[in-house]
Amino acid sequence: MRISSFFYTLRQGVRNLFRNKWFTLASIATISACLFLFGLFYAIVVNFQHIVRSAEEGVSVTVFFDEGIEDTRIQDIGESIRKRPEVANIIFISAEEAWDSFKKEYLGEYADGFTENPLADSANYEIYLNDVSMQSALVTYLEAMDGVRLVNRSELAATTLTGVNALIAYVSVGIIAILFAVSVFLISNTVTIGISVRKEEINIMKYIGATDFFVRSPFVIEGMMIGAIGASIPLGVIYTLYNIVLEYVLVRFPMLADLLSFLTVDEIFHVLIPVSLGIGVGIGFLGSIVTVRKHLRV
Amino acid sequence: MEVVNNVAEKRRKKSTAPPNEIITMTNVCKAYSTGAPALKDVNLHINRGEFVFIVGDSGSGKSTLIKLLLRELTITSGFINVMGYDLAKIKHRKIPKFRRNLGVVFQDFRLLKDRNVYDNVAFAQRIIQKSNKEIKKNVPSILAIVGLAGKYKAKPRQLSGGEQQRVALARALVNKPTVLLADEPTGNLDPKNSWEIMKLLEQINEGGTTVIVVTHNREIVNAMQKRVVTLKKGVIVSDEEKGGYIDED
Repeated sequence: MRISSFFYTLRQGVRNLFRNKWFTLASIATISACLFLFGLFYAIVVNFQHIVRSAEEGVSVTVFFDEGIEDTRIQDIGESIRKRPEVANIIFISAEEAWDSFKKEYLGEYADGFTENPLADSANYEIYLNDVSMQSALVTYLEAMDGVRLVNRSELAATTLTGVNALIAYVSVGIIAILFAVSVFLISNTVTIGISVRKEEINIMKYIGATDFFVRSPFVIEGMMIGAIGASIPLGVIYTLYNIVLEYVLVRFPMLADLLSFLTVDEIFHVLIPVSLGIGVGIGFLGSIVTVRKHLRV
Repeated sequence: MEVVNNVAEKRRKKSTAPPNEIITMTNVCKAYSTGAPALKDVNLHINRGEFVFIVGDSGSGKSTLIKLLLRELTITSGFINVMGYDLAKIKHRKIPKFRRNLGVVFQDFRLLKDRNVYDNVAFAQRIIQKSNKEIKKNVPSILAIVGLAGKYKAKPRQLSGGEQQRVALARALVNKPTVLLADEPTGNLDPKNSWEIMKLLEQINEGGTTVIVVTHNREIVNAMQKRVVTLKKGVIVSDEEKGGYIDED
């Protein structure tokens, strides 16, 4: 292709946007609407996941040892636990640390009356999991270990979080499927409008002797630009909206800010920008190819 | 008008048709999936530089014939060769190259409505990847030939029917085609404009381009005294040098 032909094609693609203003607007609106719903849903879901993950990180299992256990055995137990794949972190708390922490938290100045450590047998491991659904398996393993006296865990927290995780996964799949079906329906309708607008123009080009590539190129450029614009609009809207909502929630409900941890807009857009642009440009590309292909066999 | 087309010449040399023959149709039949065949056993041979009228009433097969020559349709049986291209066997990717040697003008002009006169004509040159310099030279010169040099900025809707047909003619001619196909070129025009278009076609033919005109216009056919091929119900019923319009009855 000559350089002049390349720039001509590029120019025609841009001009097509303005030549068929209503078609352009309809296409941009369709893609924007689909990607707005997608972006909104994505922002909500990743925040939920983030909140659940933060909660999971706080769920721990505590292991206490038999009376008179040797330090080397405690270390061995620690090593065995650390090797388990579901274990994210393990912290050793000695009997002294446990007593200091208890005094500080509950007794204050009243602790002076104690001459010995009443929590002498309270040395323990605090184990944090990277997958809370594996808690039961870990507890079974720990209880069977030699030298382990007691294993404390929060069954309710683990099952609740596992349930929430599963629910989010099902809802995500369901909403993505609905959004996909709606997008396909809307986009196929827009493409049908595009076909009626373009039919005559494509026919003329073919009669004059234009190759399929020459006919297709400006439409593909146009389609990709529509896709890029259609993706940028909802990204801008969601960016603004997210910041406003987040600020409103944190100011109006400070209690929520302590309990729940929300993602920042940058963390969300790190993924949302490339995915939305990819989908938008991809839809524009495929839509224009489908629109034109039908009439290329003249 | 000078006609330079080396590709068409090379292809013609490869074909088995007589050296001067540019269109060969032998026992061509075309049937659509429903109804009677549109063309039956059509034998038509057109030489380089000829001016031929194809006439016939509605449903006689004229449009089908033109669509076959354009390779918009394929034949059901027989043999068709245009400018050395066997149109029954031509590959889809070769069709654009074939059509670039074939100028075409339609009754409804088929101009790109959102582009001005200059761009409509330049478009044909863009397709064959002419440089901007060549386009700037060729387009004004062809617009001058069809008498529209002063209206190059006008959009199709700002032109009369006759002027729009001249633009279509300029677009068909700017790439110097070997054959010009005109499908009812005067169908939407008044008598004055019709005659002007026919004079232009005659002038183009005198330059060496083979011109094939499908028409209903009895007056023009009878007055011009060119070769006339008459179709009736898909069959060629008459093929006369310096012929006239044969009435259905």
